Amino acid sequence: MSDITQSRFRPATTEAPAARLVLILLAVAGLGVLVLAPLATVFAEALAKGVGAALHSLTAPDAWSAIRLTLIVAGCAVPLSAGFGIAAAWLVTKFSFRGKALLITLIDLPFSVSPVVAGLCIVLTFGANATLGGWLVANGWPIVFALPGIVLATLFVTFPFVARELIPVMIEQGRVEEEAALTLGAGGWRVFLTVTLPNIRWALLYGVLLANARAMGEFGAVAVVSGKIRGQTATMPITIEMLYNEYLSVAAFSMAALLAVLALVTLCLKSALEWRYADQLAATHRH
Amino acid sequence: MQIEIDEISKLFGETAALHPVSLTLPSGALVALLGPSGSGKTTLLRILGGLELPTAGRVRFDGQDATGLSVQERRAGFVFQSYALFRHMTVFENIAYGLKARPRHARPPAAEIARRVARLLDLIQLPEIGSRYPTQLSGGQRQRVALARALAIEPRMLLLDEPFGALDAKVRKELRQGLRDIHDETGLTTIFVTHDQEEAMELADLVVVMSMGRIEQIGRPQDIRARPASAFVRDFILA
Repeated sequence: MSDITQSRFRPATTEAPAARLVLILLAVAGLGVLVLAPLATVFAEALAKGVGAALHSLTAPDAWSAIRLTLIVAGCAVPLSAGFGIAAAWLVTKFSFRGKALLITLIDLPFSVSPVVAGLCIVLTFGANATLGGWLVANGWPIVFALPGIVLATLFVTFPFVARELIPVMIEQGRVEEEAALTLGAGGWRVFLTVTLPNIRWALLYGVLLANARAMGEFGAVAVVSGKIRGQTATMPITIEMLYNEYLSVAAFSMAALLAVLALVTLCLKSALEWRYADQLAATHRH
Repeated sequence: MQIEIDEISKLFGETAALHPVSLTLPSGALVALLGPSGSGKTTLLRILGGLELPTAGRVRFDGQDATGLSVQERRAGFVFQSYALFRHMTVFENIAYGLKARPRHARPPAAEIARRVARLLDLIQLPEIGSRYPTQLSGGQRQRVALARALAIEPRMLLLDEPFGALDAKVRKELRQGLRDIHDETGLTTIFVTHDQEEAMELADLVVVMSMGRIEQIGRPQDIRARPASAFVRDFILA
């Protein structure tokens, strides 16, 4: 009852208690059904036959190869993607030129094109039957059904993350600090390393973390270009699918749980960094 | 340093920000570029600093052609309207930036840099703030730090874009005197952009009144007041 009397005096910017309750319940229910329950199921299935069985399935040679491959692919694709993303964001925000709108559309392309289509494009361009691909294969540089193809496919799907994070930040900051550094005698590289990069480092970190999560989890594009060769070109998501199709549920869900843990570690890392540098974040955002 | 502007013009696409303007500024003068927004005064200042390339015309420093000199080679101490302090660096690091950016053979040793920064902090009468970040400073303090940072590179001239624009009236008055003092002490040719006729008239030795990308009048404040060259100048300085 006291709620009702208080609600007469509630500040104009808060909702009625009933509305708040409904909103909170909706959010919790959504989170529970869409995120927490499936995640819990994955771990439950993985541990259905005990911790030993789960760990044993992960130490199998093929599983170990998949884990290693996924880490190598992410390790190659994410830095490249970050480099391209920084370059694209720099171009789009600090210069005006013909075809800029087209470039922005191209940056977004991987978000709208199905990864499977992207994978097919890579197969058609670099496959043994294509001119370029045939020449590369003949010279001992196979792209498709090998590591370079998987990295290319991953690069394609992760490309927009860094650029998309950086563009709004760099637009907001403008060019003026860079110009100041130039008038003080600094060269282009020095300006980039001492002024631009420190100013975008948080956005860059978010972009890299998102790109990393996507790189480790990518299925569609990699499925097409990798050829799914067990122990050689099967990444973690591909291995999970193959194991699942073979009714090896403990092995499949153990690998899925590990992939989820990798993603969770990424999230925790981000939160830890935010907490550690909270005052710096506040200092650079106020201004 | 004497600055000569010879038939400088600037087009942004189709629109002319500057019609050909010519102007000679004597060495050691304190000059105001005065005009309403869109008059081309900031564009002219940026061309002098090397941040903008003129569409046509030449710039000469002490008689030497400087049109093709890069921003870095011009050694112009530039104070931006919003100060453009490096927000992730302390005041000390901001002021030391230009010295640390010098090529190795011309770079002073760390102790010398620290000494110079301390001297500049004394000059702007803020000796205690070296370890603070720009966000922890008031507007007036930021402006003075920006001035110290520009002076640290031992510039050949001082260019200031609306240096008092973002400050309240009281601070503005104080800092005007501060700029006058620093100018007199360093003897640098100093050019500042302003839309405030009172500020220009009170502070400058020489006032350049601009409108629509053209120079309306050049003269000492008292001469402009006594004999405005056009109806625009008369209206503008009475405002």
